[in-house]
Amino acid sequence: MAEEASEDAVVIPIASGARSGRGSRGARHTTDPKSERETEPEATAEPPTAAEPPTAGIPAAEWLTAVQDAAGEVFGDDWERRLAELLAFLRRRLEGDYEIDDYGFDRELTERFFMAALRPIAEKWFRLEVRGLENIPAEGGALVVSNHSGTVPVDGLMTMLAVHDHTGRFLRPLGADLVFKLPVVSSLARKSGATLACTEDAERMLSGGDLVGVWPEGFKGIGKPFSERYKLQRFGRGGFVSAALRTGVPIIPLSVVGAEEIYPLVGNVPSLARLLGVPYIPITPFFPWLGPLGLVPLPSKWILEFGEPIRTDAYAAAEADDPMLVFNVTDQVRETIQHTLFDLLRDRGGVFG
Amino acid sequence: MGRVVLVTGVSRDTGRRFARAAAADPSVERVIGVDVVPPRGDLGEVSFVRADIRNPVIAKVLAKEDVDTVVHMSVIATPGSAGGRGMMKELNVIGSMQLLAACQKSATIERLVVKSTTTVYGSSPRDPAMFTEDMGPKRLPSSGYAKDVYEIEGYVRGFARRRSDVAVTMIRAANVIGPHVSSPLTNYFRLPVIPRVLGYDPRLQFLHVDDLLRVLHHAVVTGTPGTFNVAGDGLLTLSQAVRRLGRPSVAMPRFAVGRLGATMRQARLSDFSPEQLGFLTYGRGVDTTRMRTELGFEPTYSTAEAFADFCREVTGAPLDGAGRG
Repeated sequence: MAEEASEDAVVIPIASGARSGRGSRGARHTTDPKSERETEPEATAEPPTAAEPPTAGIPAAEWLTAVQDAAGEVFGDDWERRLAELLAFLRRRLEGDYEIDDYGFDRELTERFFMAALRPIAEKWFRLEVRGLENIPAEGGALVVSNHSGTVPVDGLMTMLAVHDHTGRFLRPLGADLVFKLPVVSSLARKSGATLACTEDAERMLSGGDLVGVWPEGFKGIGKPFSERYKLQRFGRGGFVSAALRTGVPIIPLSVVGAEEIYPLVGNVPSLARLLGVPYIPITPFFPWLGPLGLVPLPSKWILEFGEPIRTDAYAAAEADDPMLVFNVTDQVRETIQHTLFDLLRDRGGVFG
Repeated sequence: MGRVVLVTGVSRDTGRRFARAAAADPSVERVIGVDVVPPRGDLGEVSFVRADIRNPVIAKVLAKEDVDTVVHMSVIATPGSAGGRGMMKELNVIGSMQLLAACQKSATIERLVVKSTTTVYGSSPRDPAMFTEDMGPKRLPSSGYAKDVYEIEGYVRGFARRRSDVAVTMIRAANVIGPHVSSPLTNYFRLPVIPRVLGYDPRLQFLHVDDLLRVLHHAVVTGTPGTFNVAGDGLLTLSQAVRRLGRPSVAMPRFAVGRLGATMRQARLSDFSPEQLGFLTYGRGVDTTRMRTELGFEPTYSTAEAFADFCREVTGAPLDGAGRG
């Protein structure tokens, strides 16, 4: 049974991860070839002397092969094209020569930087396993509804990465207004494709054919104590359901197992949280006791399962104003996620397994 | 028989250029320009009436000249150019009220075009990504230009209710940009080092000044009633804009930018108002679907193209003070 499940699961190719994982280091390496190439002209000016006496140091040809080998090591076989691409990317970034969409989504930065930085964490640290990918439509609007946990919304980032790497689509998350109030976080959120969780934006994105992600538990979900792990909190006021009903897009329930254990929340400082205007100040077994080291998430094993889509196109758009229907669909989504969570927990075995 | 158009605020550059362009249109018989001070540039065929719109004289002008179209574009964005915030509010709000009162009395008026701004939507972290015309600001503006415009829009709506026979077009223009445009935002981009709010990268939307003139003209000619957002296609983030401009920028905490802005305002270097600080922190985007479908207007410059045109002027010419005038 367990074997079958792991066969169904799509295993993330390690090769692509290894390449991108080193991509960030590649930026540093590029300075080396350049400085080494500067020494190259004087050496090539007198090739015979450089080649014959060993006292002249390392010959230019060897320098060149060394540089080529290093570049090949960093960028792979077609390193020349990759290096040119990287330099072109840096130039575009410095000149502001890139596009953003209406919501401030910077596709290039997200693909080449954010995703590349997250990929090794997803593959090596959390060993993400993704199931039910066939439930994500290849095109058109859809609403992914997920449970929320982990003290810090890492689960959202991992879901975005998983959706992009397996389907090529971008998951556009809807964030709480606190996200857009905080410095740094707000600009990163918009650049990576998020927008404010409000009816206007949700309906705009869905009718525009985007794949939208919501975490209806909000701060109640990520900020719940460790003892309540995998118990779904209230699903907001069902605003996400009325948005889906109004735009007629399917709702895809997503259950994430593993995020609960990354930062076990064992305490809170409500008075300080109120003072700072944030929902909670987390205390974990390692934070703040170990300082920055306490910020390292525990390497739990993650499983993401996309459930069967719940279709909403059978309902008329006007039925979005029927509160009973909205509550029923909300409950249906919540129940599906809760049951899948229990199944996945049984499947996973150990927390770090 | 052509139209008789009255334009307020002709002593300023955009007002003057619009009045001249309107006068050149064969479907317009006559253009009357009104302002408190005489215009500096050439008005061409426009007949200038020196009148204060805060004064009932404006009603006499409307009646005497058989004006059928009024274009109101004398809302001032900067207290510096008006001679203080008190004066600015007086000119903006009381001036608009007087003008609307005169319009209400007029028997000949058929169309009213008001140049408003997307500043009325405000800027806050709770804003939707794109404002449509039906949405209001998340927080009512408490001071400055935004408050003036918000109040003026209220009076215009009141007028539209009372005189339902008049086609009222309200143009909510995004930040107007272009060569030689002087506005708080263009002056900001003309600073040698551009201060930014640390940790925020607002989305900006621009309207090229030529497109502003065209849309006002379009509204005068077609007389489509309603409120319309008008902006160039697409958006730019502030960091992107600064990079495209090629100017250095320095990021500092929000309170420091506010303090710097106040200092610059006192030193008369630049008008850096609190609502502009909000805009440069949270940004704004407006939806222009209605502009296309109902108004039938298509801007020639996208946001990026309008900004590129502005960049050519800024980087081409040497810096002239803070660029005022």
